[in-house]
Parts: sequence; structure tokens; C-alpha cells
Amino acid sequence: MFLLSTMDFQGTFAMKLVGFFLLISGWLIVLATLALLASLNLRLIFLIAGLAIEMVGVVLVARSHLVLEDEAG
Amino acid sequence: MTTLPSPTLPEGASLFCVFCLFLVPLVAVGLALLNTGLGRSRGAAHTMASSMCILSVAAIAYFASGFAVQGFAGQPSHILRAGGQGWDWIGAGPFFFRRFEFDGSPASLAAAFSMLCVGLGALIPLGAAAERWRLAAICGSTALFGGWTFPLFAHWAWGGGWLAQLGTKYGLGHGFLDVGGSSCVHVVAGLTALSVVWIVGARRGKYSSNKMPNAIPAHNAVFAMFGAMLCWAGWLGLNSAGAVLFGGAAPAETLLVIINTTLAAGSAGLAALAATGLRFGRPDVSLTANGWVGGLVASSAGCLFIKPAEAIVIGAIAGVLVTYSVEWFEFALKVDDPGGAISAHAVGGMWGVLAAGIFARFPIEFNHLNPTQPGSDSGQLAAQLIGIATLVGFVFPTTYGLNWLLNRFLPYRVSSAAEPQGIDLQELGAEAYPEFVIHTEEFIQR
Repeated sequence: MFLLSTMDFQGTFAMKLVGFFLLISGWLIVLATLALLASLNLRLIFLIAGLAIEMVGVVLVARSHLVLEDEAG
Repeated sequence: MTTLPSPTLPEGASLFCVFCLFLVPLVAVGLALLNTGLGRSRGAAHTMASSMCILSVAAIAYFASGFAVQGFAGQPSHILRAGGQGWDWIGAGPFFFRRFEFDGSPASLAAAFSMLCVGLGALIPLGAAAERWRLAAICGSTALFGGWTFPLFAHWAWGGGWLAQLGTKYGLGHGFLDVGGSSCVHVVAGLTALSVVWIVGARRGKYSSNKMPNAIPAHNAVFAMFGAMLCWAGWLGLNSAGAVLFGGAAPAETLLVIINTTLAAGSAGLAALAATGLRFGRPDVSLTANGWVGGLVASSAGCLFIKPAEAIVIGAIAGVLVTYSVEWFEFALKVDDPGGAISAHAVGGMWGVLAAGIFARFPIEFNHLNPTQPGSDSGQLAAQLIGIATLVGFVFPTTYGLNWLLNRFLPYRVSSAAEPQGIDLQELGAEAYPEFVIHTEEFIQR
């Protein structure tokens, strides 16, 4: 039981870490877009892609907290 | 390390700006009243005492390191070279305002303006985490906010940093636009509020065993509404001073700012009133107050460059957005935010930043950072989106990480055993209304 709850905790923690990793990755894509691309349309496409990755990160972080809140009762 | 040309202010603008600064503390007082009114009576004294501590700590933290990090266009800053361009990423000013002249220059006015903004921004997380956030932890978190999180983003947007230079260096409109602090103050503080709420968890008894939220009504609707209206008075000064300092407006041009701010707040309040009336059968006072504040927040970013009719649209959307966002956070994400601070400030602020990119129209010669090189309107929306991506992708992880780390050394949450009696008694030893209030909830088994 203890092992299971530890694994659950690690899973939640990993989900949160991956979420934050995606948040920062999305932002870095946006920065790279500025540095590497010149056309406004191309920049917009990659900017939206970066934002989409950030949204996935937000969802994962939110999900990890939802699980923790459920466990806390 | 490098410096940009120092911007100049129109004639008479310095004195006008000083007058506007006198109004800004009203926003802080309004937010403190709003936070207190929307909480329970058993935490009212703690919320007000914490508000005073927050204002004190934020001002001292900003004095110690905040302005050194934030700087101002024309002040020294650190440049990172990447992709063939220089990225102005952090101020390089001296700590403790050493060798800094308070002579009415734009930099000195920006320092005073930001010192007031950092206090009101730091009050925002308190609204979300009230009734279970310890006073010592509040002070620690505020020091991080005032000394690092707020100044860093303020440097990027207000201090001539890389976001402000998106127009001149990358041809994206006029660079990231936020004259009144929708992002620098409100989104940064709103995301900090979300981080803190996730760290401290929900109030005891907020969620029942079937995971449904219990309604915990505001203890003083008069405080809440009065606080929201006081915010409006202060916001006129906040947006006007921001328009002069970061939008290059002449004092006479701030009349448009006053009109836009008022219209946005009014339409947001009415929209929230209507939305809650349609949804629940009767208007909801606390959500209306939050909607009103959300409209003020959304008005800040582009208040100098939008038309009055557009301000009404921006405000109305903010009012509805805030109303539904409060419910979404509470029901879907299980985020217990008694003051509705995350929705009003983070969500309302992001909408304001986006709306500035959609609606703002600039005078042809406008380029506050570099008058010799005017920008164009194309790409403004992209600049605003980059600002939002930075807030979500950099500021949020940073503020979450800092607060998470601080929580390891200075536990944020009050003890669960003492929570039912209220944080006033636990932390202060006295209640706000000792002779008039009986806490019936303490005797109900959940």
C-alpha cells in the first residue's frame, strides 16, 4: 500500500515536472522563432505551436494538482 | 551591458504623473477591502493585517533589489547575444537605489510608480489564498515577488527590455504593449496567486467527500463592493501614469485613458451582473465585483490606444470571462480562490493584453522607445502573443518554483488542527468582530 501510494506520488510529481518542462519548452520555441525566422506568417505559425505546447503543459500541471487534491480528500 | 536612449516626457507630464501617483494607493486599499469582504469573518483581521505587511515588505524588497532588476530605458542593463541580436534581459542598476537621483526624470517617476504597483500586485495572491496562508510565509512570498518576479517581467515590458524592443528589432508592431500593467502587475500576480493556491491547497470544508465545492459566502458584501469601486478611483491614476510613462502620452491625452478605463469597468460590471443574473436567476454581488475589477485589469494594457466603443467591448468580454472563469477554476480545477483573484487578474489581464493587440491603433510617429525609428501596426498581435507565451511559459514556472522552494523552508499552510477556529485566532490571537459573530460552521460535522 505504501509502495503504491509512493508510486502514485511519483507519478503525480513526474506529471507536474513534465508539465513545467513543456511550459518552458513552448516558451523557448517562441524565442527561437524570433531568432531564426524572418517572415511574419512563419513566426505566427511557430508562435501558435509554442503556445499550444504551453497549453499541454498547463493541462498536465493542472491534472497533477487535481490528483493531489483528490488524494488529500 | 548597454543603455538605450533615455525617453523624454512631454512638457508638464512629470508634475501630472506625480499627481496620478497619489491615486495609485487607492487600488491597494480597494483590493485589501475586496479580499477581506470576500473572505469569512474569522479571517478578516488576518487579511487586513497581512495586506499591511504585504505593502511594507513589497516596498522594501523593491527598494533593495527590485529597481536594480527592473531598471528603465536609458538605464544600464545586461544584454545576452543570441541569434545575431542582443536580448536585453535584466536591469543592471545598483541595489538600494544607490547613486539614483529622484529628480522628476522618467526613470525616477517609473521607480515610484513601480514601487506602488509592486505593493498592489503582491496583494493579489492574498485574495486567492486567504484564510489558510501563514503570515510569515506571506511576507516571504511577497519578498520574492517584489524583489525578483515582478521586476524581471517589468524590465522586459516597461524597462526597455527584449519584449519592449520586439518592434524595433523584429518588426513586430510597436513591441509588447502594456501601458497600465495588465501583464506586468496583474497577470504576474495572478499566476503567483495560482501557484500559491496550488501549494497551500483548498480551505478545510471547501470540497465535500464527493469532490463538489461547498459555497462559502463572502462575509461582507459592502466591503467587497466598496473595495471594487475604490479600485476604480485608483485605476484612473494607475492607467494615466502608465500612459504618460510607458506610452509617451501628454497629460491632455490621458482624458481618453480616463474615459476608456471607466467604460471598461462599467461594461464589465454590467456584463458580470447580467451573466450571473441569467445563470443563477439573480445577480451575484461577489462575481459582479470581480467582473468590475476584471474590466479594470483588461483596460490597462491598451487604454491609451483604443477607442471608447472598443473599451466597452473589452470590458464586457472581461466581465463575462471572469464570471465563467471563477466557476471553472472552482468546479473543474478544484482551485479554492475565495477572492476570485486568479480569474480577475490572471485571466482578465491576459485578455487585456490580447485585446490591446487586436484593437490598438497607434499614431504614425509612435515609438516611445526610439522616436527616430517608428514601428508599424502589423505584427502587434504577434508581439502581444509573445508576451502571453512568456507569462505562461516563463513567469508561471518561475513563480511556482520559487514559492514551492520557499514552502519547503517556511511552510505556507496553517495547521489543520487550528484551522476550524479561524486564522485570526490562530495567528493573531484576536478576531475582527469578537463580540458579534458566532461561527456556526465549526459545530457542523462534514
